[in-house]
Amino acid sequence: MVRLLGILIGLGFVLVTGWSLAWGVGAYLSEPHEESVEHRFHQEARDIAFSFDGPMGKYDRPQLQRGFQVYKEVCASCHGLSFVAFRNLEDLGYGEEEIKAVADKWQIEVPAVDPKTGEASTRKALPADYFPNPYPNEVAARAANNNALPPDLSLITKARHGGPAYIASLLTGYRNPPANLPADSRPGPGLHFNPWFANLNIAMPPPLRDGQVSYADGTNPSVDQMAKDVSAFLAWTAEPKLEDRKATGWAVLIFLLFATILAYLAYQNIWHGGASRRVRRTGPLDPENMAKSDEAKRDAGIAG
Amino acid sequence: MSFPWAEEYRPKSGFMRWIDQRLPLPRLVYGAVGGGYPVPRNLNYFWNFGVLAGIALVIQIVTGIILAMHYVPYDQAAFRSVEHIMRDVNQGWLLRYLHANGAAFFFIVTYIHIFRGLYYGSYKAPRELVWMLGLVILLLMMATAFMGYVLPWGQMSFWASKVITGLFGAIPLVGEPVQTWLLGGYAPDQPTLNRFFSLHYLLPFVIAGVIILHIWALHIPGSGNPTGVDVKSPQDTLPFHPYYTAKDGFGLGVFLILLAFVVFFAPNYLGHADNYIPANPLSTPSHIVPEWYFWPFYAILRAFTVDFILPAKLWGVLAMFGSIILLFFLPWLDPSPVRSGNYRPRFRQFFWILILDILVLGWCGGLPAEEPYVMISQVATMYYFAHFLIILPILSWTERTLPLPNSISESVLHGEEREAAPADLSGVRPATAAE
Repeated sequence: MVRLLGILIGLGFVLVTGWSLAWGVGAYLSEPHEESVEHRFHQEARDIAFSFDGPMGKYDRPQLQRGFQVYKEVCASCHGLSFVAFRNLEDLGYGEEEIKAVADKWQIEVPAVDPKTGEASTRKALPADYFPNPYPNEVAARAANNNALPPDLSLITKARHGGPAYIASLLTGYRNPPANLPADSRPGPGLHFNPWFANLNIAMPPPLRDGQVSYADGTNPSVDQMAKDVSAFLAWTAEPKLEDRKATGWAVLIFLLFATILAYLAYQNIWHGGASRRVRRTGPLDPENMAKSDEAKRDAGIAG
Repeated sequence: MSFPWAEEYRPKSGFMRWIDQRLPLPRLVYGAVGGGYPVPRNLNYFWNFGVLAGIALVIQIVTGIILAMHYVPYDQAAFRSVEHIMRDVNQGWLLRYLHANGAAFFFIVTYIHIFRGLYYGSYKAPRELVWMLGLVILLLMMATAFMGYVLPWGQMSFWASKVITGLFGAIPLVGEPVQTWLLGGYAPDQPTLNRFFSLHYLLPFVIAGVIILHIWALHIPGSGNPTGVDVKSPQDTLPFHPYYTAKDGFGLGVFLILLAFVVFFAPNYLGHADNYIPANPLSTPSHIVPEWYFWPFYAILRAFTVDFILPAKLWGVLAMFGSIILLFFLPWLDPSPVRSGNYRPRFRQFFWILILDILVLGWCGGLPAEEPYVMISQVATMYYFAHFLIILPILSWTERTLPLPNSISESVLHGEEREAAPADLSGVRPATAAE
């Protein structure tokens, strides 16, 4: 009965799905299916190697410092870093005094309350403060950027497919629109063609040009170099515990490997060592007990 | 609890006897997972996954309780509190990555556990209730995982909660009031987040309770085995402890190595980048997907694209829920007396097609709803329903099965071992001779 009902319901679902499928196939065959413009022109992140790739990778401190310099001198004028505090810069190899100076000289002050009047005011940043947002609110940010909102960069490398390689590709990816780009996909006013951006046109103007910052360690500040450095820095802001994580991972894996080998040997020993093939002598499954229970059943007139 | 199978507990020390006379807990443990539980001696590694699922639940509960000490279920603060856990809480990154990836691994081992049951006929009499309680656990797990995914209040959290509760909106007449009631408003907002947090904390303990019923029901007939043949003599079994505790210990090691590898070296591989963007009700992600373990069901939901008497969306919802509900009827849809797929050659072929079919559904569910993926998922959906509701019922009527071994020990012992086997009884009369 259940089977008959099941077959009926099954036929119902198969028919309804088949109905949708027939329509889908019909539409697929009759309508021209053109690839979307994004499909044709969008590019996957370039294959860029970073020092922190792979299970052994670590951050390159001088690179993070250079990246921070790019953020400070270029990106910070529009993009916030609200999950990172000045004190976190210690991870980059800066000393306490250096961090104090960075916070104190930060171009944007931290919102505060005037201790005398109670009015809203601002004060200089301290190492315990988080990086202040460049705009007081979203409306101000949009007003200053042609109605586009510059995203907070703290987690940007984890919030985009492709991670740091995507950021570096995007920063170096500004191009003149190709001739075969359809008119309605060409950048409008205030937009810039960049095939790495999801919808091909990005509101951010090309932020980097050769020699824009001067690196203290003498590295050549080419656009490519700065893009890689700031992407590495943003990988750190998104995943500051990466080195802890990998170091812990190796310790845990080595421990687990030993434990598992021991567990395997114990398993083999128990199953194939001397103690195996023991036949239980007690319990309801014991032949004697089974015979007894059969006998009891017969006596009671219950069919065994 | 009483286990008809269990060997009687004999306390080894006066202390244990003292406890056992007052609270028979040692007796319970001994009979349930100790030396008193006789288990078929021929279980293969697929029988490890029930224990692994239990351990995965424990990992989720332990990490989850600590995460809840730092998490804030408030829409303006939830995302930030998760980042606080990642950056400022001691080993917080480890707790969160373990919890997020632990959920994925919980589903992996549970799915393997379920497929084990499908292949070896573990749903068949007398274990129907074990199977049905397992499905209840699966449904609870899905609800728990979905609500947990909402808690970080990222973009995918927000939009997934909107899409999933929207499914209830497809129910005629009462749909929209039900959706509003679930969300606590017309769109996901603070009330949604707060109640999901409350339920996400509650349901794992409900799962633990149903697991106790699942194991209890299992211990009445005892564990199945790869031959599907009932236990006939003590020779067929081994005590759970130390034999299967040792085997499970090794399985656990392998499981933890794989989990650790993902947690420490690819912790975001199974997640979605969009959930690192704070929830924004004004910006819809370009394509909304649930976590990977829901992809097959998501593909079934989206396979219904054309109205047919009922609206297409309602068909999708019916099919999605139906795809799990039908499993409750499996013991009666497939009443073939042969349990194990090893002795059902036709069944075995269809079983592997089903596995492939579900993988295809999963693959389609993760992709955007574009052609040709929608057509592929429609074909796969047709097979899914046909497999359980049409093929299995007919197969159980018509299939010619292979001869079963006489006993479990006959299938395990070969050649000289088989000849040597009676000697192992060393003086104890065999059951047949006694009659």
